[in-house]
Amino acid sequence: MLKNIFEIAGTALTAQTIRMNTTASNLANAGSVSPTEEEAFRAKRPVFRALVDQSDLNAGFNTLGGVKVKEVIDSTEPVRKVHDPGNPEAGEDGFVYLSNVNEVTEMVEMVAASRSFQNNVEVVTTARQLMMRTLEITKA
Amino acid sequence: MKLLENPFGIHEKALAVRNQRMELISANIANADTPLFRAKDLDFKKVLSNTNPSPMAATNTRHFETGELENMSAIVYRTPYNSSVDGNTVEINVEQAKYGEAATQYQATLQFLESRISGIRKSLRGE
Repeated sequence: MLKNIFEIAGTALTAQTIRMNTTASNLANAGSVSPTEEEAFRAKRPVFRALVDQSDLNAGFNTLGGVKVKEVIDSTEPVRKVHDPGNPEAGEDGFVYLSNVNEVTEMVEMVAASRSFQNNVEVVTTARQLMMRTLEITKA
Repeated sequence: MKLLENPFGIHEKALAVRNQRMELISANIANADTPLFRAKDLDFKKVLSNTNPSPMAATNTRHFETGELENMSAIVYRTPYNSSVDGNTVEINVEQAKYGEAATQYQATLQFLESRISGIRKSLRGE
């Protein structure tokens, strides 16, 4: 049914929104500093997976074929260590740890996510038009 | 006159197949950013060859009916024009073109159905 197309595109819209949200969070935290390396902010990245088997249907998805965010992982890039004794967040040795967010990468992610979002909106628009035409078949 | 016996002919089934193809392509577009995802498509010729032969007769109660569309075997993987680092074979421009094509074909089938319906209407009215 055409309804499935709405479901499939809907899962993609959700996934891309999550991707845009993580990007926004990363950019917002690009300047965050921490006293230890472990606490330093690491860029978040969603991992997409296709909806393919019964376990996805059990998990509450109505249609197979869409996409879901499997998990959100931390970037493994090294964090930057800066000597800044005046900073209130500085550790005993006077170092602060900056986030490992790369603003350029985040901007690229953001544009890519919004383009993918638009693609799926287009899919919904076309499917909706066809559905309306199918409903009008009785007036033929 | 067999006017009302199977009035829609092949188009009724064709509409379902067209729709299934659109579903597959929309799934491709949804998974444009999924690592290792393989783009799929429906081989219309294969679907038709699966539909056309007369279904095997179920002569025993334990036999299964075979008249249904067997579309699963007609699903094929797309060969990408360019490879990608993450193993994803969805090329969004190709998928968009195919989606537009599939939407047009869906409309064509709808058109056939509409003209069948209006034809039957006219003949029933006797105008």
